[in-house]
Amino acid sequence: MTLWWIGDIVLLVVVVPIVLYLLNDVLSASKSIVPSVRKIADVTAAGSRDLDAVPLLLTTQDQVRQTVAGVANYGGSLDVIIDDA
Amino acid sequence: MPAAGVVLIVTVVLIVLALVYYLVSTIVQLRAITNGLDDVIGNVGEILAKTEPVEPVVADINANLDAAVGALEGLLVKKAGMDDAMGLVDGLYPGAAAAGLRDFPESREITPPRIGEVYTKGTLTLARLGREAPIAVANPAGPVLRNVEYGSLNARLLYPEARQARPERLERSPVIGTDSPEQYEQREDIGKPRKRMRSA
Repeated sequence: MTLWWIGDIVLLVVVVPIVLYLLNDVLSASKSIVPSVRKIADVTAAGSRDLDAVPLLLTTQDQVRQTVAGVANYGGSLDVIIDDA
Repeated sequence: MPAAGVVLIVTVVLIVLALVYYLVSTIVQLRAITNGLDDVIGNVGEILAKTEPVEPVVADINANLDAAVGALEGLLVKKAGMDDAMGLVDGLYPGAAAAGLRDFPESREITPPRIGEVYTKGTLTLARLGREAPIAVANPAGPVLRNVEYGSLNARLLYPEARQARPERLERSPVIGTDSPEQYEQREDIGKPRKRMRSA
């Protein structure tokens, strides 16, 4: 009977606090992850929205081609009208 | 049942209840994390899909710009010569000659001449046509852009002045003489007989 009481006391004084401490730590850690994941999701959503302008690169590409073609014509004319060094 | 057994059972039940509470709470948080990660994965997928065509487009833009840079550098060196080309570059963009021309690595070794001593202002104006002249703001088929009435003045302004005449509103030289509006030395003995030294 004495050993039984000793076991009860050990269970109440040692095992229960350790179990509660560990479980509380696990819950706290999992709770702290949620806001971080939410922030990451917001940032990736904002990054995805920022990339909505990417199709405009096709316009830039076309305009660069036209500009380079104009510069080439301009340079060809200069090559004709200006003497070489 | 002895009292110790009852205490044991109550303690075990309390432990199980604590386990249930904390594990259920942890499961709820893990579900929230899973939902958040699902959102992240979706957004990252969108980012990947949107950035996929960027590389070939940018590569094409760079290829076009590289060709233009090469052609313009070659034209500049062909027409002006390497030394004067570097002077021209340094005159338009001070300090840029140190970087040299991309397709002419030997241009980095050249000390650029002071272009104002080599080229007239008209040549510099010609060089600036690509970025500053109003040549692109009107239709080439339209009327000329230069001022016809004051064409000679515009042409004269292209060349260095033999005499520094600007700024245009320089203060005029002071008028001197006995009838000048302001007498700078107010002396009472002017016009009177000269004073003579007394002999000892």
